[in-house]
Amino acid sequence: MAIQSSFKNMTLCLFSVCLICSALLAVVYAVTAEPIEAAAQAKTNNSIAAVVPSFDGTPEKAEIEVGGKKYNYYAVSKDGHPVGYAIESSAVGFSGPVVIMVGITAEGVIYNTSVLSQSETPGLGAKCVEPDFADQFKNLDPAVKVLKVEKDGGDIEAITASTITSRAYCAAVETAMNVYRSIVAKPDAAAVPEAAPAAETAPASADEDSNQ
Amino acid sequence: MEYVFIIISAIFVNNILLSQFMGICPFLGVSNKLSTAVGMSGAVCFVITLSTLVTYLLQVYVLDPLHIGFMQTISFILVIAALVQMVEIVLKKVSPALYQALGIFLPLITTNCAVLGVALMVVTKEFSFGGTEPHMLNLGESVVFAFATSLGFGLAMILFAGLREQLSLNKVPKPFKGIPIALVTASILAMAFMGFAGLV
Amino acid sequence: MGKFQLITKGLVKENPTFVLLLGMCPTLATTTSAINGMSMGLATMFVLVLSNMAISAVAPVVPDKVRIPAYIVIIATFVTVLQFLMQAYTPAIYETLGLFIPLIVVNCIVLGRAEAFANKNSVVDSACDGLGIGLGFTVSLTILGTVREILGSGSVFGWKFISGDGILAFVLAPGAFLVLAYLIVLFRKITAKK
Repeated sequence: MAIQSSFKNMTLCLFSVCLICSALLAVVYAVTAEPIEAAAQAKTNNSIAAVVPSFDGTPEKAEIEVGGKKYNYYAVSKDGHPVGYAIESSAVGFSGPVVIMVGITAEGVIYNTSVLSQSETPGLGAKCVEPDFADQFKNLDPAVKVLKVEKDGGDIEAITASTITSRAYCAAVETAMNVYRSIVAKPDAAAVPEAAPAAETAPASADEDSNQ
Repeated sequence: MEYVFIIISAIFVNNILLSQFMGICPFLGVSNKLSTAVGMSGAVCFVITLSTLVTYLLQVYVLDPLHIGFMQTISFILVIAALVQMVEIVLKKVSPALYQALGIFLPLITTNCAVLGVALMVVTKEFSFGGTEPHMLNLGESVVFAFATSLGFGLAMILFAGLREQLSLNKVPKPFKGIPIALVTASILAMAFMGFAGLV
Repeated sequence: MGKFQLITKGLVKENPTFVLLLGMCPTLATTTSAINGMSMGLATMFVLVLSNMAISAVAPVVPDKVRIPAYIVIIATFVTVLQFLMQAYTPAIYETLGLFIPLIVVNCIVLGRAEAFANKNSVVDSACDGLGIGLGFTVSLTILGTVREILGSGSVFGWKFISGDGILAFVLAPGAFLVLAYLIVLFRKITAKK
């Protein structure tokens, strides 16, 4: 029933199948590009809204370089006053990077955190998304509490049997704090030569803070 | 040093068969005898390394510059299918002995999801080995990662085939005959590999 | 075979998971919970129905020697379409299933049905066949996911009925193999009696 497998037929057939399929894909890609962008945007906006106090307007995305690494952050304000920053930060967990959004208020208190992506073991490290663990960072003042798991002499209760994930989470929050300090130190941000010295001093001051 | 971590991680910690479940079809299908398992592992090793090299270059030098990322899945699977065909033809000409050993497994490899899986993983996922900053792999790391992954495939495959050969001599309850008892064996093997977790 | 039989045969007689043992990779990897298993099953069903229809439509004009590459391109196209749709409308599920969505391309069930059924039957029959096998796959994955979720997390479809943890091993790799083994045995026992 199939047509003859001559060289001409085979080439023609494969060529047209590829052409039609690519065309179809290009159309679907063009149609879905917008919803995909919107979905990604909605996800970011939701996680920002979850980690900072209520604000008006849209959060502005900005970039800052701390310690040679670029971080994304979103400054939010209400009635013209800055109320906080949502900072994307990551650390290496048990089976890959743990990426979180950390919300820090204008007063330097951690408002809330939310996990953007993680690939930790289900039932163990993956529990870092659950309120039992994550809520410990709610309204946490780094000047009062130490951002380390109890095993390392800190104030954060680790997830049972998942110390590495818990440590990574704390480290990511700590990184976000350092980024926050750099942002506050340079309100206009992103001036690379100026940000660099701040970056070098930031980790040291962080340690002093956590030893208080 | 990082290469050592990549190799240990890909072979033991994140074993492609026993912790990521890619390539289960040949794992269950051709693991009855040790000799076929060795042949299959060799063929997979060859194809995974080669196809990852080619698809990585394809992604970086063709798909990314042209902004046609949506052709990723199609182009990768075609590259793999073509590559398998080519390996078959070349092997037949160059080394008939090797072709005798690997030949029958080659057509099966196109639909082995470990091959496409690794090719997609290295261009879409960020990795971190031994506590380094998460980053996209470069060409060298990708190829080493692919090769080590295929070694992990081979290791699990050969261990499993050895166990199944022993098992075939034992009495097994009737409903467990064949695949179920093999799955129970795989379960215990996976448990053993869990011991490597957290090593890197 | 009637259309009804085409649709129901995938549930028991030609169940892709418990009888034909096809598509084991997503079966084991994505069934950590009932919802995940069901999503994977439905995603595969989507590709299966569309690719079956397309392949049965083009089969008469595809020369025999290049049919496999042609089928693979068609399947890969629908998989990519599915990827875009999921990214746009169900991004959370897309992220959970991750790599296993593009890997539907190499799922033996899809190419298997194209070779065994779609290329010699009508478009409507092929659609029914895809629907039937896809349904069987979805039901099997949901059962597997439910059992693993009950044992591993103590919940069903996300609804928790015990406080605290389940037996973690069932969410992890060893549990996947073990639960599948025992479900196949159970399936054999039940169907043998009939």
